[in-house]
Amino acid sequence: MEVESGAFVEKARAALGDATLQHALKHIKHGFVEARATAAARLPDFEAMRDAARDVKAHTIAHLADYLEQFEANVTALGGRVHWARDAGEARAIVLAICRNAGARTVTKSKSMVTEEIELNPYLEEHGIEPIETDLGEYIIQLRREKPSHIIAPVIHLSKDQVADTFHEHHPKYGFHERLTVRSDMVREARSILRQRFVKADVGITGANFLVAETGSAVVVTNEGNADLTASLPDTHIVVTGIEKLVPTLEDCHLMLRLLPRSATGQDITAYISFFTGPKRAADLSGPSSFHVVLLDNGRSNMMGTEFEEMLRCIRCGACLNHCPVYANIGGHAYGSVYPGPMGAVLTPSLAGIDKTGHLPNASSFCGRCEEVCPVRIPLPRMMRHWREREFERHLTPRGARWGLHAWALIAASPTVYRAMQWTASRVLRLVAWRGWIRRLPLAGSAWTSQRDMRAPSGDSFQRQWRKRGGRR
Amino acid sequence: MPPVEKPSKPKAEAALFVTCLVDLMRPEVGFAAASLIEAAGFDVVVPKWQTCCGQPNYNSGDKRAARSMAERTIEVLEPYAHVVVPSGSCAGMIKLHYPTLFDEADALFGKARALADKTEELTVFLARHGYTPSVPLRATRVAYHDSCSGLRELGIRDQPRALLRKLPGLKLLELAEPEVCCGFGGTFCVKYPDISGRMAANKTADIAATGADTVAMGDVGCLLNIEGKLRRDGSDIRACHVAELLAGTLETRHGS
Repeated sequence: MEVESGAFVEKARAALGDATLQHALKHIKHGFVEARATAAARLPDFEAMRDAARDVKAHTIAHLADYLEQFEANVTALGGRVHWARDAGEARAIVLAICRNAGARTVTKSKSMVTEEIELNPYLEEHGIEPIETDLGEYIIQLRREKPSHIIAPVIHLSKDQVADTFHEHHPKYGFHERLTVRSDMVREARSILRQRFVKADVGITGANFLVAETGSAVVVTNEGNADLTASLPDTHIVVTGIEKLVPTLEDCHLMLRLLPRSATGQDITAYISFFTGPKRAADLSGPSSFHVVLLDNGRSNMMGTEFEEMLRCIRCGACLNHCPVYANIGGHAYGSVYPGPMGAVLTPSLAGIDKTGHLPNASSFCGRCEEVCPVRIPLPRMMRHWREREFERHLTPRGARWGLHAWALIAASPTVYRAMQWTASRVLRLVAWRGWIRRLPLAGSAWTSQRDMRAPSGDSFQRQWRKRGGRR
Repeated sequence: MPPVEKPSKPKAEAALFVTCLVDLMRPEVGFAAASLIEAAGFDVVVPKWQTCCGQPNYNSGDKRAARSMAERTIEVLEPYAHVVVPSGSCAGMIKLHYPTLFDEADALFGKARALADKTEELTVFLARHGYTPSVPLRATRVAYHDSCSGLRELGIRDQPRALLRKLPGLKLLELAEPEVCCGFGGTFCVKYPDISGRMAANKTADIAATGADTVAMGDVGCLLNIEGKLRRDGSDIRACHVAELLAGTLETRHGS
């Protein structure tokens, strides 16, 4: 998995200074945060459902091999085929082979983060197959040659004007020359183009929000209905998804389907929920004659049995992104991973290695709001802390910080040294202050004063003053 | 502060774990906390070997140092029946995280659990043991800022608000987004200053929009961040620890 997380600090700074992005990010609060709160409040059982969903996913992960086999057996019995991909390369090769077998020249795709993870589109293009994203957001970023900045709202970073410009630039070849400014007109134009592409596609590729072991179904939720057209019109349907998407039963799936949209967009239910269960049957009027499920590992099974196993419960609702004060201020691209925000801060290092992704689990104030809203109660801050522990053990923590931590541990271990340090620090801070305030500090302190002032201590340390006043110790 | 003790009965002892940040940066918060604990009917002891709870190391991945700092703190606080901490974040460290640092078979696990059980954040302690305002307050419009650890780890939401409402003349105001982090985040604020600074700016804008003249909170980390940002931006809103308002020591500090 390709990541570009090394330049996180620079990208975050640029994002903070990008007025268009900042304006776009304001939609998160109303569109997602408030909507989720309202939806959750409307459902008295919401908290109990979260507990149940956590337990379902934990149980599934604990017995994953069994459920995967059950799923494969059911898909096979239906006449479909399950393919196992150890990594991104294998997954891409499997998809390409199926496409070639189908003689495919164009492939329609509904939104799938796993195909973003394995970078399927550039690979298909290199091999002469044109992928066409059919989710409106994904369609827009495909035109713009960008990556999604949010796992459920890929164009959250864009303004309406930017989308208008993008359509105006790319749509003349379809006979649309006018620059549209009304949202519904823009949607209508994109839809009319996509309709043509749907009809002509040779293969349809979807992701899956859930896989149901007992039925062999792949379940996809959308608000645009594009997954249904992607899966049903071409003769071949390929589902590409991760091994952790399994749930044992349809009933478990229904529980998840009640939680997912409420957590994601605050909807009680999405406009479309599709169950894809094997290829077209004899009596079916439409549907693919060839049905494939590509199950990707790509580092997931390595998380099992580790302190990151609970991350495999994730149902990709995006609630942790929406409620993260860091994500809300810098957007998704700064993270340099298709999985941004808190879930990405845990998942990306698991998939791509902590060496290249060190900023991700560190760029959190540990405010805990992500864990508070996670529908399957993943302890995200705790797992970010585990990544920080791994970094510290492997000496990946920046040297200055390491020294500081060592020094602080030594100081705190000895009350005498601690008191001397507090006394010195107090004196120095009061000395450099002007009228009780400090405007500039050197070294690590400059990071503080780059943003804000510091009020100097009013006097000696509390413990020293307490002792002097004869307080009980 | 008028004494509330009943001379017939010896008072119970409460240890004040003052936290390194209060100790160094805001000694007046330590005194305010001590006077409040006393007013609640306890004898305040400040265990003299206390230093830092270890949270900076713990949250930075230095688990070994965090464990030995926890071990020290557990020993230092072992003799006391009550431990009071004027910080949601340090109290959360002791109550929630200390027990996770030791194997359940380890004797220290039991000790960590015992310390966790008897440790309380200041406003939780005061709300439980009773608090009567003893100082008349100049009429003040106060916004309350929830610190993340206190709010989410310890469920501190109503206690400080209920205590503040007892102050005559105080009008309590709510932020539009009380659940959003102020951007302090321990070492986060110096590791990612640009992001932290933006979060602080959002927070101070929210505070200003309430029309408050004072913003009170339960953690000195947030306090340093918010008051520093207010000052940098030329705001005259004063920021304080909730203990300073409750103990009535704020007016003297600002010495107007």
